[in-house]
Amino acid sequence: MPLYEFGDIMKNIKKPSKNKGIIAIAVMATLLVPSLMTACGVSAEASDGFGWFFNVIVQLSDGMLASLELFALTLLFSMPLGLLICFARRSRFKIVELIAKFYISIMRGTPLMLQLLVVYFGPYFVFKVPLSTEYRFYAAIIGFSLNYAAYFAEIYRAGIEAVPGGQYEAAKVLGYTRRQTFMKIVFPQMVRHILPPVTNEVITLVKDTSLAFAIAFVEMFTLAKQISASESNIMPLFVAGLFYYIFNLVVSFVMGQIEKKMNYYSA
Amino acid sequence: MKLLEINNIKKTFDDLEVLKDISISVEEGEVVSILGPSGSGKSTLLRCATMLETMDSGTMKYGGEYVVKDVDGKSVYASKREMKHFLHYFGLVFQNFNLFPHYTVLKNVIDAPIHTQKRDKAEVIERATHMLERMGLGDKLDYYPCQLSGGQQQRVAITRALAMKPKILFFDEPTSALDPELTGEILKVLRALAKRKMTMVIVTHEIEFARGVSDRVIFMDDGYIIEQGKPEDVIDNPENERVRAFLNKLSS
Repeated sequence: MPLYEFGDIMKNIKKPSKNKGIIAIAVMATLLVPSLMTACGVSAEASDGFGWFFNVIVQLSDGMLASLELFALTLLFSMPLGLLICFARRSRFKIVELIAKFYISIMRGTPLMLQLLVVYFGPYFVFKVPLSTEYRFYAAIIGFSLNYAAYFAEIYRAGIEAVPGGQYEAAKVLGYTRRQTFMKIVFPQMVRHILPPVTNEVITLVKDTSLAFAIAFVEMFTLAKQISASESNIMPLFVAGLFYYIFNLVVSFVMGQIEKKMNYYSA
Repeated sequence: MKLLEINNIKKTFDDLEVLKDISISVEEGEVVSILGPSGSGKSTLLRCATMLETMDSGTMKYGGEYVVKDVDGKSVYASKREMKHFLHYFGLVFQNFNLFPHYTVLKNVIDAPIHTQKRDKAEVIERATHMLERMGLGDKLDYYPCQLSGGQQQRVAITRALAMKPKILFFDEPTSALDPELTGEILKVLRALAKRKMTMVIVTHEIEFARGVSDRVIFMDDGYIIEQGKPEDVIDNPENERVRAFLNKLSS
């Protein structure tokens, strides 16, 4: 029985005095438990409560890692890509602006699930490229990144446009180049403006990773459904829900800390 | 020596002709105030002089060098590289300060000299610290603009402009975002600058402010200069009917 481990973890949780510390550690612990347990080869019987719970978590753990990976890589690619699209959207060249606008309207105006299917099956139908299992993972990341970049682009645009015109004028008179003006004056102020909507978007992404089941990419939600079906029990789905919830607690906590850090000035 | 020379400048926004043939020149060490009612074009004139706005026709020279030439009745600006050189010729103090909110007071002042003029960092910091002390802001170097009063922010903005070592300093209604009691604070700073022979062009609609600091007052109305001269002449004994009407309205 892994109960003694659980006790150890609980002891560790109680150590820090501050509330947010407790939350942070509890969350980390919950996220770490499955991988730890897999590593130690712990397997529990499905009969009693805790044992069953950990058993489900162990079964879901690969999916959790896959979801985490999908989440992290999507953010890594979509956030910079969003900035590029945002620049295109604000371009002086009408044609570039129109292309960006069209891209954003498609990405926002059609279901993400459909976009995933297009990215996954597109190469096969158009170029007759054979479908492979590994491509599912790449297709999921490409699909999510392309979609989220569109949303991030619009958030960035709002953030940039919230910087008063007087800042650009001051920068111009002081001899800053366009590049310097963006990097030194506009960007830092933009980051502050966009943190709350970006947090929203990141939280949505955590939950949206479950849409990857559409292209049979095995992330956590896919697994939870399989286990739920094979055991005729709804509980695995609730465990999955708990995972997303805790994951998002971490996201909110981290973003909250960043927001606090950025609050060193008020505009 | 004439530091600034503007001749026959015209500027139209859409269908609205804001500047209709204006010429002014500013001598080294001179303090010029530009007065006039709202919509008279005084701010547009200043924005053209500081290149925040492009003029349609007319010429402009800084220190005898052409910034804007007239080619067949149209203004033609100097090349981008030459413009960079002219940008360092003047400083501008804005109505609402436009300090960088994410920079401390000191960083607001030193960042441009270091990064756009590529001057020596240590020298810039030393000079900026000294100037801020003289402005009475010696204990505020690490403050952010939002932690300062309006008058203090405007003094930082003036210091920021001065740190670029400009030959001319422009002010765009420097006191209109301030409480009346803070106006005196800024007036004092401008007087001190005038005493040190800083060339300044001040757009304002505060008569007392203009009287208190300037060598010459220019009165604008409806896109034209309608009267100019010593403050005691223009403000106390205006010849022009419209100037008189404007001044009466303000004093009543």
